[in-house]
Amino acid sequence: MAEAKLVLADGTVFTGASIGAPVTQIGEVVFNTGMTGYQEMLTDPSYRGQILTLTYPLIGNYGITDEDWESGEVQVRGFVVKQLCDRHSNWRATGALDAFLQKRGIPGIAGVDTRMLTRIIRSHGVMMGVISGEDVSVEALQRQLTEAPNYGLIDYVKEVSAGRNYPWAEPVQEPYDTLARYHADPPLRVTVVDYGVKRNILRLLTSRGCRVRVVPCDAPAAVVLEGAPDGIVFSPGPGDPANLGYAIRTMEEVVRAGRPILGICLGHQLMGWAFGGKTYKLKFGHRGSNHPVKDLVRNGAVHITAQNHGYAVDAESVAGSGLRVSHINLNDGTVEGMVHDTLPIMTMQFHPEASGGPRDTEYMFDEFVRLTADRRMSTPA
Amino acid sequence: MPLRTDLHKVMVIGSGPIVIGQAAEFDYAGTQACRSLREEGLSVVLVNSNPATIMTDTNMADKVYVEPLTVEFLTRIIAKERPDGLLPTLGGQTGLNLATKLAKKGVLDEYNVELLGTPLESIEKAEDREHFKALMQAIGEPVPESAIAESMTDVKEFMAELEDAEARTGLPAYPVIVRPAYTLGGTGGGIAYTWDELHDIAVRGFRMSMTQQLLLERCLLGWKEIEYEVMRDGADNCITICNMENFDPMGIHTGDSIVIAPSQTLTDKEYQMLRTASLKIIRALGIWGGCNVQLALDPMSYRYYVIEVNPRVSRSSALASKATGYPIARVAAKIAVGLRLDEIQNAVTKRTLACFEPALDYVVLKIPRWPFDKFNFADRRVGTQMKATGEVMAIDRTFEGALMKAVRSLEIGQYGLTLKGISEWTDMKLEEVLMHATDQRLFAVCEAFRRGMDVEEVHQLSAIDPWFLKKLKDLVALESELRVFKGLPDEATLRRAKQAGFNDHNLAEMWGVKEPEVRALRKQWGLQPAYKYVDTCAAEFESETPYFYSTQEQENELVG
Repeated sequence: MAEAKLVLADGTVFTGASIGAPVTQIGEVVFNTGMTGYQEMLTDPSYRGQILTLTYPLIGNYGITDEDWESGEVQVRGFVVKQLCDRHSNWRATGALDAFLQKRGIPGIAGVDTRMLTRIIRSHGVMMGVISGEDVSVEALQRQLTEAPNYGLIDYVKEVSAGRNYPWAEPVQEPYDTLARYHADPPLRVTVVDYGVKRNILRLLTSRGCRVRVVPCDAPAAVVLEGAPDGIVFSPGPGDPANLGYAIRTMEEVVRAGRPILGICLGHQLMGWAFGGKTYKLKFGHRGSNHPVKDLVRNGAVHITAQNHGYAVDAESVAGSGLRVSHINLNDGTVEGMVHDTLPIMTMQFHPEASGGPRDTEYMFDEFVRLTADRRMSTPA
Repeated sequence: MPLRTDLHKVMVIGSGPIVIGQAAEFDYAGTQACRSLREEGLSVVLVNSNPATIMTDTNMADKVYVEPLTVEFLTRIIAKERPDGLLPTLGGQTGLNLATKLAKKGVLDEYNVELLGTPLESIEKAEDREHFKALMQAIGEPVPESAIAESMTDVKEFMAELEDAEARTGLPAYPVIVRPAYTLGGTGGGIAYTWDELHDIAVRGFRMSMTQQLLLERCLLGWKEIEYEVMRDGADNCITICNMENFDPMGIHTGDSIVIAPSQTLTDKEYQMLRTASLKIIRALGIWGGCNVQLALDPMSYRYYVIEVNPRVSRSSALASKATGYPIARVAAKIAVGLRLDEIQNAVTKRTLACFEPALDYVVLKIPRWPFDKFNFADRRVGTQMKATGEVMAIDRTFEGALMKAVRSLEIGQYGLTLKGISEWTDMKLEEVLMHATDQRLFAVCEAFRRGMDVEEVHQLSAIDPWFLKKLKDLVALESELRVFKGLPDEATLRRAKQAGFNDHNLAEMWGVKEPEVRALRKQWGLQPAYKYVDTCAAEFESETPYFYSTQEQENELVG
């Protein structure tokens, strides 16, 4: 097997076996501690611009299936694992992980001490890195790395957002069809602003009786509000929210329409900005399927959530804005959700759509749909 | 919901003598619990009839009674000590049964002793077959269809039910397990794959059963057996400690199965489906503390059945505890005295809370230890009745590494995958063991590959998932390659062997050299093991009191 290299901005060099495509890519190196869900992670648009390492050492065990895509493409810049499985086993598998990466031109490296890599990121914070399956010197890779723009400066949202409006009509599939507790009848019209939306958000809304229309990230407020939707969802997405002035301005306008709003991950962070708040970069982010989140509104219940973010809303910056912190992360106290005192707005930093990850907070979609249905009845559109 | 202020003295019942079918898990759990309660400032009274335990060390509890575990003795101790509460869920079945008796006899009421932890009612709901079935049906969790038949008409009715289900869901009605009620040694039962077979077995069974009754049940042989260790606090917060996948599919008691943590062949969809079901079950039961949920998953669809729930600290939870670093008994004891999961510190990291789910960045493998070396003439076949008397657990960054460590830890004189004398086995014997597992099946699988069988053939015979089989096949292939060497090998070969978990003793044997020679070579080529933390969080946070495992990796965390 050909050799691959992973070179970090701090000078650390890992060598291993080349997997996926033998090319060179640069990105921010991050780790996810989830033990399942690699296909969902690889296709999650929020990983755009990043080199993803998984802390779980055995990857590829259950192959790849046609069903578990969270977007239309593989989003990561590169993939780092300890051991890549060469003989997957699962009834839904339609292919192997290695071939899947290869076909889409994504480089990867196997045989890395991913725990060592994780410890480096944990203590120094996330950093840029270059991954290469080509026969190039470490020095050459280091040069490429210094010349590359930093992750935080690039608008990845524009890269991953669909360039057009489109309707979404596919509901969730088995076994995701079991937890819905609310179904809107007649259907609700919901507009989703696509900053890099995960398909499971669209599926969960559809399954709860929403007619979903997706609009691009740079759609002006008039387009978002076209046809007077019953509710609006601001989706997750990649990168630093501080770069997205256009999205923040649209959001400010949309909020004034008073429609029920659900903001998830990047959508939540941008909501902070839209109300005059700020976000900051976390040292190494939250990426995994085991993050405890405390609900400050409902009895202090704790839910285990799926997370994937590198930035967080500054709690103090939104104080007095009408937004109130509704959820916090139990590990580090960071903001995990907000509600508005008077407007029908709910936002969350974690991923209620999971996929991958625990489904404990899927009920958030029930709450949003119920809120939207209530508002429709009280305010005829 | 902070620590209750009305509790000062708590009585803990130990599990008594260690018997076949138990490891020393209850001593482990009880010790953790005593420490945990004392940490909260409670005075602990411990009763255990077995002085050969850690928990009866005088520094574990404030008062230790080494007395018979009977209602009479416990009543006298309660009268003398007047504890405020009794914690029965950490001493296995013995502790639970005694607590139930004390409650039913009115002893607890008389002395005003509160039962702490999971209510007895919840325990009954979990342990009584009919109660449990009704509860699962009420919350929409599937349990395998079963019926008691007293006549051939009943058998037909049961099959009509399964055929209905087949028409609805596509899940085949056969095979079906038949067990005559009250026969000696369970004779007269069997597995039927067609109506004709079922008819024959039933006719014979009715004749053999003393009560003219047959137990019929949907047969899940060959389905994946998956377990979840879950916890719940009094405020209804629920978490998963870990899940585990049995190498041996359904049909073999999980205590007699090789078990791996976390699951290896489940997609996220399957993992979350079963996790969601497990949490739903622990909530419906109203458990305070830990609970083990066993599920059977169809290897070819999303269909699953709930098999069993252990509403207390069990052998599996002791394994899960050591596998993840999450001290289940310690946390369960604190929950029992009123603390919520988010009020309990993670004892390993000391900077996060007990309310999270451990992330593993390694593989844990458990192999049961059977006493067949002591009971020479015992039937070595394993099935639904547990025969193991202990188990070994190994941790490594790879399946291969964990497997090889576990095998040599068994202390059965095995340092590698070639069982002594197995090459003499006939093909027929080999196939028989692949089909009907014994304690030697792992080695039989390896021998099958040595004789040129492929993964599919071994899967057909054993129903073991191809993922595990391919791993074993690769190890056997490497073993044959290594055997070619006579004398010491080159560096690349030794490196490969070490990375695949082969140990020096095994390698020295194969190469006809002395073990120290292999070790010296390893040192020369820098192939010493690195030591890594079991830290509950896959290195996401720094830890204060982790433990270590060895592995062939780049970074050694033991130094510096």
